[in-house]
Amino acid sequence: MTPELGQLALILALLLALAQGILPLIGAWRGNRALMAVARPAAVGQAVFVAMAFGILVWAFLHFDFSVRYVADNSNLELPWYYRIAAVWGAHEGSLLLWILILNVWTVALATFSQKLPEVFASRVLAVMGLVAVGFLAFIIFTSDPFGRLLPMPGDGADLNPVLQDPGMTFHPPVLYTGYVGFSVAFAFAIAGLLGGEMEQAWVRWARPWTNVAWAFLTLGIVAGSWWAYAELGWGGWWFWDPVENASFMPWLVGLALIHAQAVTEKRGGLRAWTILLSIFAFSLSLLGTFLVRSGVLTSVHAFASDPRRGVFILAFLTIVVGGSLLLYAVRAPKVAGGKAFQLVSRETALLIGNLMFVVAAAMVLLGTLFPLIGDALHMGRISVGPPYFGFLFPLLMLPVVLLMPFGPFLRWGKGDPGLLKSILLRVLIAALACAIIAAFFVDGQLKPILAVAAATWITVGVLLYSYKRWREAPRGRRYPAEMAGMLLAHLGMAVFVAGVLLSESLSVTSDVRMAPGQVQHIASYDFRFDGVHRTTGPNWRADQGTITVSRDGAPVAVMHPQKRTYPHGQVQTESAVDAGFTRDLYVALGEPMDANQIEGAWSLRLYYKPFIRWIWGGGLLMMLGGFVCAADKRFRLKRVGENSAAELTLQDASA
Amino acid sequence: MPMNPTRKRRLIIVLLILAAATVATGLVVIALQNNMNYLLTPSQVQSGQASDYKTFRLGGMVKAGSIQRSSDSLKVTFTVVDADGSMPVEYIGILPDLFRDNQSVIATGHMDGARFVATEVLAKHDATYMPKELKDAMAKAHAKKKIEDAAAAQDKMP
Repeated sequence: MTPELGQLALILALLLALAQGILPLIGAWRGNRALMAVARPAAVGQAVFVAMAFGILVWAFLHFDFSVRYVADNSNLELPWYYRIAAVWGAHEGSLLLWILILNVWTVALATFSQKLPEVFASRVLAVMGLVAVGFLAFIIFTSDPFGRLLPMPGDGADLNPVLQDPGMTFHPPVLYTGYVGFSVAFAFAIAGLLGGEMEQAWVRWARPWTNVAWAFLTLGIVAGSWWAYAELGWGGWWFWDPVENASFMPWLVGLALIHAQAVTEKRGGLRAWTILLSIFAFSLSLLGTFLVRSGVLTSVHAFASDPRRGVFILAFLTIVVGGSLLLYAVRAPKVAGGKAFQLVSRETALLIGNLMFVVAAAMVLLGTLFPLIGDALHMGRISVGPPYFGFLFPLLMLPVVLLMPFGPFLRWGKGDPGLLKSILLRVLIAALACAIIAAFFVDGQLKPILAVAAATWITVGVLLYSYKRWREAPRGRRYPAEMAGMLLAHLGMAVFVAGVLLSESLSVTSDVRMAPGQVQHIASYDFRFDGVHRTTGPNWRADQGTITVSRDGAPVAVMHPQKRTYPHGQVQTESAVDAGFTRDLYVALGEPMDANQIEGAWSLRLYYKPFIRWIWGGGLLMMLGGFVCAADKRFRLKRVGENSAAELTLQDASA
Repeated sequence: MPMNPTRKRRLIIVLLILAAATVATGLVVIALQNNMNYLLTPSQVQSGQASDYKTFRLGGMVKAGSIQRSSDSLKVTFTVVDADGSMPVEYIGILPDLFRDNQSVIATGHMDGARFVATEVLAKHDATYMPKELKDAMAKAHAKKKIEDAAAAQDKMP
């Protein structure tokens, strides 16, 4: 009975979403306050019903209700309770339910914090969110019902994909989705701005904290995914340019461009049309990501299902959203290039170059990701684009960004001071060269690690110089407003990230070896002794567990226990063992027994030494922190009240 | 018409963007050309289609009983088959978790005489994945029964 209640809740949510999407738009158009007032209660009601449906699905998982097909397909009696909850978003239907739940959380937050926005504008924004919800709720109800029954009810279910049975996986999808879906807010603001006609500079200020928070969540989600792939996939890579990774990376790049473009639009009034366009693209790419992952067009580890009906639905939805918003853009976008003029040497130019690089990089990733589809359509054969394509182009595109980073904060709006820039250039250059020369002695003149140190120093010294300048020149208490502190943190994160990537890529020692018990391998000044393999069991798996004792110059460093797990339905999953450290990771994974009948004997093993690999995720986390800190700036909240009355008047005039 | 500073500035910006776009397009084309991987089945390789490519991906099923391990190194040899052809493959390294007889696999590598030397081997329902092109490519090579297996496996994928 309860699953049917879930279905009913979804249908009621759809009806409320329709009300939320249509009535306030009509109200804003006709100046009818009663209709506009529908937006908030409808949004809250919709959220309540979606949360109810989600709760019912969680309940079904916790209580082993195998009469629900989705539960039977993705869990069994042996699965621990925490993975039964994670199993809710472990496959297609449930992950869409999670998507819509998160959209509702964003909408309710928006409804709560938009009280001070002009009524007309707020109701338009909420209506756009409602329309997005209509699309996804209809998708769930008509093509991907998570509450479908399975009769007769089986005694036990199948299994959650063992790859997903990992702590990292329990929070990676919700966080990633929070980022994805969060771009819908910037999108809704942009569409509401276009619908209103008058391109108020104020709406960009209102949208900025939302965009920053969404981008920060997306950053965290990508970092979590990368870390999970490293720990779980068993070959120690942290990024594979897999279609689905790319699907999350493209909105990230465009979102990054959007954050910077919004700053220009808010402060100087320039790049208005570009900011709107980026808002549309960021959300469209989030939708495209969902489409790529869920439709099975590009099969990958994340592609849950290949139901053509779903693909067609998402494609149609995508066409309506992208086509519709671009059409609206073409009709209503601000025609005249507005904003204050700027010189060639100015902060606007630097941000513009950065923007171009991010957008071109996103386009490059999009081309590489969709190339198999293009090749198929043009009958060029079965083609895929290898990771070297991305690995070659992406650093090239990011090079100008890294080079410009120290100067961005020093450049003034409108017109920069070339003299100041020269002195900054001199200082960061000397610092970078000095550190590069010192590094050269440590790495025997290898180019890549030297570059890593030089690039990281280049960015870091830029950040430090600017922090020092603020410390010296600005009065106490106003030295580092949150917006600036966030920027500095995120830029520092970039330095840490670049160092981590280049150092770990160039200095890693990887070795696939055959080892008999008692044998020792010497890798990067560490001695790995293989002490054999024995059987062990967990809550819902049994495993061959190896013991590897690591020492350095005779001193013990770590005892590591990599596993090869077998789950009840025969799936095999390699669990690597990682000894983490600030400057290096030691990584061991079991390959296979040389003689399948004798697991006590020799095994093939992967032994990796990965220097500075944690810096990659550390850098990502700093960027995330930067995003959150930026969003917390008081300026975004306090000034709102003051500007509201004026903005409200203009908007009301426009609609009257 | 004399250029005022605004016009001049805009012209410079537009020219810079154009130049950057040209360079970017050129690089993208070069990178694409160098990194396109074609997927071929053993029978397609035997009919000579692989001669155009230095490296390519070989897709098919592992022939039952063909897996031979070296006793003192990580070298392993096996045969990949489709309905009409077979191809010996040599690989040094650790095979994926689900590599076994009658398993669909994709190996990336190059031809060395009549042998295929693989640098990477992927098996279906693995932490790595089985591209759906394999199913299509094998269908093209008229594999009948085995395709159904692969299709069933495909449906069960995560």
